[in-house]
Amino acid sequence: MSHRITRGVSLYSFQEEFFLRTMTVRDAVAVAAKIGALDIEIIPEQSIPGFPHVSDEWVRDWHDTMAEFGTRPLAYDFFLDTLRHPGRRLTHDEQVASVRRDVDLAVRLGTTKLRAIISTPAEVLRDAAPYAEEAGVQLLLEVHAPFHYAHPWVLRHLEVMDALDSPALGFMPDLGCFVERFPRVASERALREGARPEVVDLVVKTYDDHGDVHGLMDTVNYLGGGPVEVGLARQATHYTWRDPRMLLEQIHRTHHVQAKFYEMTDEGTEYSIPYDRIVDVLVEGGFSGCLSSEYEGNRHIQDAHPVDSVEQVTRHHAMLERLLARHEN
Amino acid sequence: MFEKYVIVPGTLRNVVEDGRTTGFELGVRMPYYRGLGLSMVEDVAVTVDGVRAAPERTTFTVHGNSYPLTGLGEVVEDRWELGEVATVAVAHPGGLAPGMHDVEVSQRLRISYMPVPGGGRARAAVELSA
Repeated sequence: MSHRITRGVSLYSFQEEFFLRTMTVRDAVAVAAKIGALDIEIIPEQSIPGFPHVSDEWVRDWHDTMAEFGTRPLAYDFFLDTLRHPGRRLTHDEQVASVRRDVDLAVRLGTTKLRAIISTPAEVLRDAAPYAEEAGVQLLLEVHAPFHYAHPWVLRHLEVMDALDSPALGFMPDLGCFVERFPRVASERALREGARPEVVDLVVKTYDDHGDVHGLMDTVNYLGGGPVEVGLARQATHYTWRDPRMLLEQIHRTHHVQAKFYEMTDEGTEYSIPYDRIVDVLVEGGFSGCLSSEYEGNRHIQDAHPVDSVEQVTRHHAMLERLLARHEN
Repeated sequence: MFEKYVIVPGTLRNVVEDGRTTGFELGVRMPYYRGLGLSMVEDVAVTVDGVRAAPERTTFTVHGNSYPLTGLGEVVEDRWELGEVATVAVAHPGGLAPGMHDVEVSQRLRISYMPVPGGGRARAAVELSA
């Protein structure tokens, strides 16, 4: 079976380097081009100084950079700051206006897919959808752990999508929903921070056995756990393991995939997420979109090790290329 | 996340105005992966040698714009950018003594998608720079 899947990179992957000013957006796009990750996803609030006031000059440079490296603007990750003002939430209309502002900027950047952060209410996307449709872009709810397609919050979105039947609405699953093994980078950090090895083992084993992680915080507390140990137990409830075949359920509404990863090993595989099976399922389902790399390991190793996002993303794409090649005739 | 980089080395110094030492300042980064509107920065608590700087005597400056720490909640049109070094200045006549100081910075950020406050705590032994 052949596939119609492209490879891309979210600039989120290079947050360590952006933070420390050791790489620019242009540097990151150059890396993406070099490894054949031609679709670019951006978090404007991370990468564009002065957001949401974005100068024409910045936008021109962005398009020049894309042209120079042969890359394509693809996705735009928005946040919805419902708590922008102390003491009150944004009203519904203010939230819709915030999404419309992001649609306008996405159009300027040439990105056709907007990552709607999981916390976006279904009614907000419903009322922003006509504007997005008019603009020719899509608002895609990120299905992010610990959420899943059968979660009440996501079911509400499904109701809206069913009722509205707009081409502007859909999903972009985050592969952090498919963490089969507890990320080693997280458990090792807890050990460095003083967690007792037997407590770490309990958390990791419970997770890896796909046991009752929701009891872990209490159990660790009863074992006299300190903040690091309880924190690790809490993390175990934030990762989720689901069979990748659940992706098939909404594949017709899936227009982008945030290819989260925590650690590419020296052997060229992701330590905790079964990318081989995931890619097979996406191909089987006829997914036509981008696998957009999201390196999230930096936060777990930066206390003790130099972060090399370029190396991690490069390894990730070598893996994706290999897995996709199995489906090329 | 990014706690390691919150306290910027070499930025703790006394503030001298008209020949008098009126306080001290410190460069601080936000432990978060995007820029955030200042109205959502609930607190940047600086504690030196165990004494927390009074919020009403603290000024917060980003890219040349200064605000009283206690007034950040009203600032919806300015942001603290990703990785940007903000200057937190504390009015403290006489300033800090030369030498090493135990510095702690505790930040509380109102991040809409998180059910609990975000932010983080960083602590370091920092030498007062001239």
